[in-house]
Amino acid sequence: MTIQFNDETFREDYSFRNSQRAIDRFPFPFDKDSYMYAVNMEQHRGGPADSVYEKRFDVDEHYVSEMRDRAMVLADDPLRCQSLPHMTLAGWDLLELIMVSKSEDYPDLFELHRDGDEWHWVNKPMGIDDTFTFMDETTLPYGPMEYITRQTQGDFCVLDQRDDNLWMDAGMVTTQADWSLDFDIGMNFFEWHAPVPLAHEKGIFVRALKFLLNIQQGAPARRLNWTMTVNPLLDTSPENYHKWGIQKTTLTPENIGAKQHLRVELQTFFRLPRSNALVFPIRCYLIAFQDIVSVPKWGRRLHRVIRDLPEELATYKGFIDNRPMMLDFLSAYDDGLPTSNGVWPEKDSEPPLKT
Amino acid sequence: MSGAEKIAVRVTEVTPLNELVTRFRFEPVAGGLLPTFSGGAHTVVEMADGDITRLNPYSLMSDPFDQSAYTISVRRDDAGRGGSLFMHEKVKVGDEMVISNPVNLFSLDLRAKKHLMIAGGIGITPFLAQIKQLDRAHGNWELHYSCRSEALGSYVDYLTSTHPNDVNVYYDDQDQAIDLETLLDGQPLGTHIYVCGPKGMINWVRGKAEALGWPREAVHYEEFLAPQPGKPFEVKLAVSNKVVQVGEHESLLEAIERAGVDAPYLCRGGACGMCETRVIDYAGNFIHRDHWLEDDEHASGEKIMPCVSRFEGKTLVLDR
Repeated sequence: MTIQFNDETFREDYSFRNSQRAIDRFPFPFDKDSYMYAVNMEQHRGGPADSVYEKRFDVDEHYVSEMRDRAMVLADDPLRCQSLPHMTLAGWDLLELIMVSKSEDYPDLFELHRDGDEWHWVNKPMGIDDTFTFMDETTLPYGPMEYITRQTQGDFCVLDQRDDNLWMDAGMVTTQADWSLDFDIGMNFFEWHAPVPLAHEKGIFVRALKFLLNIQQGAPARRLNWTMTVNPLLDTSPENYHKWGIQKTTLTPENIGAKQHLRVELQTFFRLPRSNALVFPIRCYLIAFQDIVSVPKWGRRLHRVIRDLPEELATYKGFIDNRPMMLDFLSAYDDGLPTSNGVWPEKDSEPPLKT
Repeated sequence: MSGAEKIAVRVTEVTPLNELVTRFRFEPVAGGLLPTFSGGAHTVVEMADGDITRLNPYSLMSDPFDQSAYTISVRRDDAGRGGSLFMHEKVKVGDEMVISNPVNLFSLDLRAKKHLMIAGGIGITPFLAQIKQLDRAHGNWELHYSCRSEALGSYVDYLTSTHPNDVNVYYDDQDQAIDLETLLDGQPLGTHIYVCGPKGMINWVRGKAEALGWPREAVHYEEFLAPQPGKPFEVKLAVSNKVVQVGEHESLLEAIERAGVDAPYLCRGGACGMCETRVIDYAGNFIHRDHWLEDDEHASGEKIMPCVSRFEGKTLVLDR
């Protein structure tokens, strides 16, 4: 299917919109009517046709505009992209992984022609046509990780693996849910997860680390995470909290359907072959409450999940103050009917909202 | 993980190096390119040996950037369960085999200012790949390689002719030994030590480095444990509701797989932790051989690593 790329913004006038197709393929994260942390990993090797899980690196209608927003963030704050000196090899690994994946998965949008170490890369949506020498940094305008992640949706953490731990030693992080690469750079897995409530007590991180250390070449994995964002902001960073935090107070019963967004992260994990590092892409998908409730099953379920979420999690995810207003809005879309298991919208089999 | 992708390869060269060691070259059956890998990685080779499928890990020794073929070197172990004997006696040029994607449990620490490599015998193989990786990146390394004799010194000629200033060889039968204390004492700050060889050598290097105050994370080692033969025993698999006999020359993991039960694994050498299995009930003694579980876990009777560990006794029930 040919993708029509939107011309939209994630700041100031917030012209970001999801088309009907984008709503239909939205990665709704709740497979039942309640939520608690789980490692919830599965293999990342394809998925239903046209779902966000189908390709290794999903490209959607927001691609070109998201890349424009990333360039603006980097112009204001270059420290959103960092790579410690020993991570350059992992950067080349990542560049190869993305170029090979995208040119195979979207041949009408991306082309990669390789003649030994002489590579020719064509990115049609962004109008890029470059030749360079693989493993020779002087032939690219940026380092290899920065070059390719300026052309790929989602944040990227490139984790060094050593001493039975993972280390946040490189990354491109401009669309994050309130965490900072500049703060976390060089930290290990337990250090950068220290602020998360409840999960440590449940032993989640020990098990998750063990799983991640064993991710093999050719066997990538994925999971979903989620939070809430007022206005379709990609850059909800601690560095810019003074700009976006205040916007949480602008919600009203009249504007909440359009302004309040569910923010879902599709997190994937790939072993990088030459460096033995692990890359952790975190792809952000945003959807307005009014678009979620257009799917009856999702409307019913979101109300129940938000209503029953433990207070610590609502606080950590930053929406405890707005929860009553969210519930007022969402309760109108919960008629108490049962929901089917699984995340899919089931628009044909799920009953319409009883009014 | 048992769900990971496998690679079908054809044996394109079988090269005896000396009395004990033979090199095998694998090329992809489907044509095309093999995945690149990182120096220190191994592959798990599947051997269809009669009724038994053996899966043994071998370090990849070829250039990690060469995607046309992988090579491994196998040392014949006459007292072992037969995996190396199978490779030496049964595998011929033209045979098709199945191998795993590369897995690295002995990775270079790329922060190191210098890589100090200490090899014993067949433990040389991961270093051959690491040296190729480091040479490409103009890395700083030095190898100290101990062999039984000149006749058994696999790849000594290659190493000393290509890297005369970085390779130091020691022959046991000429009473040559690494002067470890002096070697470690003279290293620049930021040096990392890598040791691969027999258990005694690994313990010697780790012990000396610790005594000299080296940071634990600057000392890397790899020892693959081959599963050892042992007395047959019976295991009950509670989840799949099966009773399986583990043969003398079969590992517990191999017996579980033979019963058609899908069990996770990665290294099959007691190192990675992937096959850790919960013990539900037992009456008898465990023969723990892994170096994944802690001593208190070994003593608890609650966990076993079925790739290398065994059991002697009446009842063993596993959560599998």
